[in-house]
Amino acid sequence: MFLFLLFTFIIEPPRNIKAIDNPNDGGNKILVSWELSPTDSILDGYEILRKSEKEKDFCKVGFVGPGRNSFLDENTEDNLNYYYQIAAVKDTIKIFSEISKPAKSYPQWFNKGKLIILLTFFLFSFLILYFIKRAKRVELFIRRIAGLNAVEEAVGRATEMGKPVLFVPGLSGMSDVATIAALNILSEIAKKIAQYDVKLIVPNNDPIVYTVAREIVKEAYTSVGRPDAFNPDSVFYLTDSQFAYAAGVDGIMVRERPATNFFCGYFYAESLILAETGAQTGAIQIAATDSITQLPFFIVACDYTLIGEELYAASAYLSKEPILLGSLKGQDYGKFLIIIILTFLSIISLIFNFIIK
Amino acid sequence: MKVKFPLILCLIMGIIGMIAYYVPHKAVQNFDNELRNTALRIIFAFSLVLGVGSIIRHHWEKIKRKREFWEYSYVTLISLFLTAFIGLFGGIDGKGIIKMAIGKFSFDIQTIYVNMAIPLGATMFSLLAYFMASAAYRAFRARNFEAILLLIAAFIVMLASVPPVARLIPKLPYISEWILDVPNTAAKRGMLFGITLGVLSTSLKILLGIERGWLGGK
Repeated sequence: MFLFLLFTFIIEPPRNIKAIDNPNDGGNKILVSWELSPTDSILDGYEILRKSEKEKDFCKVGFVGPGRNSFLDENTEDNLNYYYQIAAVKDTIKIFSEISKPAKSYPQWFNKGKLIILLTFFLFSFLILYFIKRAKRVELFIRRIAGLNAVEEAVGRATEMGKPVLFVPGLSGMSDVATIAALNILSEIAKKIAQYDVKLIVPNNDPIVYTVAREIVKEAYTSVGRPDAFNPDSVFYLTDSQFAYAAGVDGIMVRERPATNFFCGYFYAESLILAETGAQTGAIQIAATDSITQLPFFIVACDYTLIGEELYAASAYLSKEPILLGSLKGQDYGKFLIIIILTFLSIISLIFNFIIK
Repeated sequence: MKVKFPLILCLIMGIIGMIAYYVPHKAVQNFDNELRNTALRIIFAFSLVLGVGSIIRHHWEKIKRKREFWEYSYVTLISLFLTAFIGLFGGIDGKGIIKMAIGKFSFDIQTIYVNMAIPLGATMFSLLAYFMASAAYRAFRARNFEAILLLIAAFIVMLASVPPVARLIPKLPYISEWILDVPNTAAKRGMLFGITLGVLSTSLKILLGIERGWLGGK
């Protein structure tokens, strides 16, 4: 009884209770914040109480531990006034704060937190589109990419050896840009294969990718005037299980002994299993991926590896279309801009650190 | 129209995707979720039928023409139909419309998955250890300056993770950490910048119909 009375006098409630609509969200959320109680160190925590304009009494909506000075109420009705009160809690004692001003939650039409991303997007898009437009008038110099220069050689090797070309479009789905880039490469490679009359094998891990890959190869054969040479059986669905797919592709490599293996797209742990088996069968191997964790494996086991952005540059580079090549120039200038900004900011940071010290 | 329609559809869907990223309003988010979940699931279901059709056609052709190793195609087809039968009629945990059990042993999808799919997957995964050894042997041959640098860096990082060596040379773990945190992270970030710009460029080209490789280059 004595302790109860003592705590009742000692404990102070939190102050300055503020309730605002949680910014940059789809509504139904109110952010409540407060100044910590001066007796925060001896508290069990804070109880958050809420009352809408329709209700008479406050009810508990949450509890946070000591040291915490905010709470996100994620269960509010939009456009309805809510009042909040915070209770400092110690054992069974609750000391209540003043009541906050009314707050309403409502959905926003723009996430201001993403404004900088939007501006950067516009800046880089402008750069890329500018160079695409410029490429229509002026011939632009594009740096040499060894792995892509080897594509012609790799397909030629398969023609001479009379062996097939294997194309693995990665293990990601169609929603992954890396897969789309891989299929763009497949389109260009399929055209060359159709011209050389080489057998193409495209095992797929995803049924949607399979249907798109099949259409791409079919169209590629048609575009070079050889629709009759297209074998519908050359593009097929294998399985969506990661290691079953690796086992299946390994089996194809060992049985069919392709002269050339292309690994383009996004890969996971199976990358080394595929690339090492290919290396052991003596195939010339070209890999292209933006999966940073799998890149070292491809670099070790493949003859040529297109690193990161080169995967996205490949189809433009192979097609040699000026408009597409212009986008590569835009990408390069984009990188140049990033390097300048980072170098400038690093120097400023170093100077400020030096001055502070 | 055969080309224009997919291009227009792609542009509209791309713009919707972009708007949904910047607009948190429920109306936009619900529509986007509906597209991503419901519509994509329907497309996936249709493509799965095509995928299964592809497996059946591929192996049936092999059997019909008696191509090399055609006998294995029987294994694939029988496994496919058997698994589908068990899944459709036996249910996930043997509580389907047909009771598929011999004594206490139940032939259901869960049993197949736990006793066959997982061990087979693990077997393939375990092969990585041997492939890593052979890949490491090839990577660490000091053929040129870059390969020597790689060899030294790998040697330090590997040694630092061996407890007795780390105790003998106390500074080694710090050097290893520095290699991973500074040059390694810097290289990774450099690549990420390039990848992001590549993704942006590819997306723009596809949305604007400049890149048409995914349409077969029409």
